[in-house]
Amino acid sequence: MAKGWKKAGWITFFVLPGALIVFVFILLPLFMSLFNSFFQWNQLIRGEFAGLENFKRLFTGYPYQQRFMNALGNNLKWFAMTMLIQNALGILLGYALSRGIAGSGFYRRVFFIPVLFSIIAVGFLWGLYLRPNGMVNSLLGALGREEWKRAWLGDGSIATYTIIIVNIWRWVGFPTLVFMTAIDNVPQECTEAAYLDGVNEWQMFSKITLPLIVPSITIITVLTIIGSLNVFEQVYTMAGLDGPPNYATDTIGTLFYRTAFGSVDSGAPEIGIGSAIAVVIYLLTFFVSLGSITFTSSKEVEL
Amino acid sequence: MMTGMRLRHASPSKKAFILVMQLVMALYVFLIVYPLFNMVMSSFKPTRAIMQTPFSLPQAFDFSNYATIWVDKGFGRYFLNSLLFTAGAMVFVVLFGSMAAFGIARYTFKGSNLLYMLFLSGIMLPLKAAVIPLFQIVRSLGLMDSPFSVIFIFIAMGLPSTVFILAGFMRTIPLALEQAARIDGCSDLRIYSQIIMPVAAPSVALVVIYNAVPIWNDFFFPLVFIQSDKLKTLPVGLSSFIGQHNTKWDLLFTGLSIAIVPMLILYLFMSKYFIKGMTAGAVK
Repeated sequence: MAKGWKKAGWITFFVLPGALIVFVFILLPLFMSLFNSFFQWNQLIRGEFAGLENFKRLFTGYPYQQRFMNALGNNLKWFAMTMLIQNALGILLGYALSRGIAGSGFYRRVFFIPVLFSIIAVGFLWGLYLRPNGMVNSLLGALGREEWKRAWLGDGSIATYTIIIVNIWRWVGFPTLVFMTAIDNVPQECTEAAYLDGVNEWQMFSKITLPLIVPSITIITVLTIIGSLNVFEQVYTMAGLDGPPNYATDTIGTLFYRTAFGSVDSGAPEIGIGSAIAVVIYLLTFFVSLGSITFTSSKEVEL
Repeated sequence: MMTGMRLRHASPSKKAFILVMQLVMALYVFLIVYPLFNMVMSSFKPTRAIMQTPFSLPQAFDFSNYATIWVDKGFGRYFLNSLLFTAGAMVFVVLFGSMAAFGIARYTFKGSNLLYMLFLSGIMLPLKAAVIPLFQIVRSLGLMDSPFSVIFIFIAMGLPSTVFILAGFMRTIPLALEQAARIDGCSDLRIYSQIIMPVAAPSVALVVIYNAVPIWNDFFFPLVFIQSDKLKTLPVGLSSFIGQHNTKWDLLFTGLSIAIVPMLILYLFMSKYFIKGMTAGAVK
């Protein structure tokens, strides 16, 4: 019995400090957001119980309904573009690096450097390069492609895509390294046996490598879902809190910030609706991630 | 490797693939190195030259921008604060994170899976969406405008991925190693600190880079919870340039160049272990 208590004591000693911090600063806020979303708020003071009133206003009331649906649409663009461009590129680059393409030792170190830039540096640098008279347009002019010049961040029809591309510039090294290490871990017996059977490179990639790295595809997909639903700094530093021009770059993250800190519409902080948005972010993150885990793990193969 | 990415003996379509990938990778390297180079060069130029001749090299390596921003604009202080906040948070991220990972991975007990899920849920729950309750919690703990508010939040930010990566790695360490030490009379604490932790070093390097970079660069939480100028961090100092009509681009680029140096040094020193650590623990 004494031994059991001793073991329990050690486990508590090792786990408690971290568990306590995670509980107070991550889990407790989740429940508090849920609690807050059921009340009316007068600035920072909690008022009466309001049931689902905040959610009703968010989904049906002006201007929240329009802003929310518009922002959600942009978050969807973030997810689709990141999956299609960043993660697809990540698999190709990771594959080439893992198969020892010339210079791979150099590339795998350099590709992670953009992640070291602070988002503020990224926002300012690319914001400057993408101005109407900035480097990108001057370069296009010098190449004789006047007709390709754009107001990259000022034109509402392309501004979101511009910010997404810059974000891909910053992050593509991460899926690349994850996929590279996953492909490194594919047992050599499999690739060599396939080679002896005379498969070509495309068959090797699609029939051998891809099915065996599904777990890392799951991880990257879930991280992309979480990242896409929580876009904030990228838009804040390259466009602004209001998602200019005319909410074209607005996301749930910037909408949430404006609602919670009261920089728009009514002008006052709306804690109730802000909390409702936070709860929606939590639920979306959870259920969409769960859905994608179920979907991708059905594609998993065991060796 | 017998089926590598070599041009010789490759089929025409494979040759085309290799060439296209080389082109893409070379272009990406250029798109990484040039902005870095341009940022540092611009820090030696006056604002007018940055706007009018963005591609040109500085006429002389004049460090007056550095002196201005470091002393007059208080960035020396911000730099020190950033260093203290990041180091302070990282010490506890690694200490508490590795302890929790050790407790979860090296003991069998009821509820260990639940505990593991508790830590993992932190990866799924975005802390920024929790800023309202965090505000309430920080206020009721009396930590408004105190460095500890931000440091606690940074520790919470780093713990989930740390426990995920380290517990994943610690599970692969053979039990025999631990049993031998136990027979020799080693306490649990010494097994953690002198047997398991040294073996886990490459994964710890991965954890350090993975968490120190976003913590060093974070401007959201210091912006919300810190008001005193003497407690501000580098990213907050830099964020004050956002939305200004007459941006002093020379000083801004100087500040940005200063901000990236510590992370570049950290990465250069640890990149070897970083990639090794990814192979060992992260993707399983």
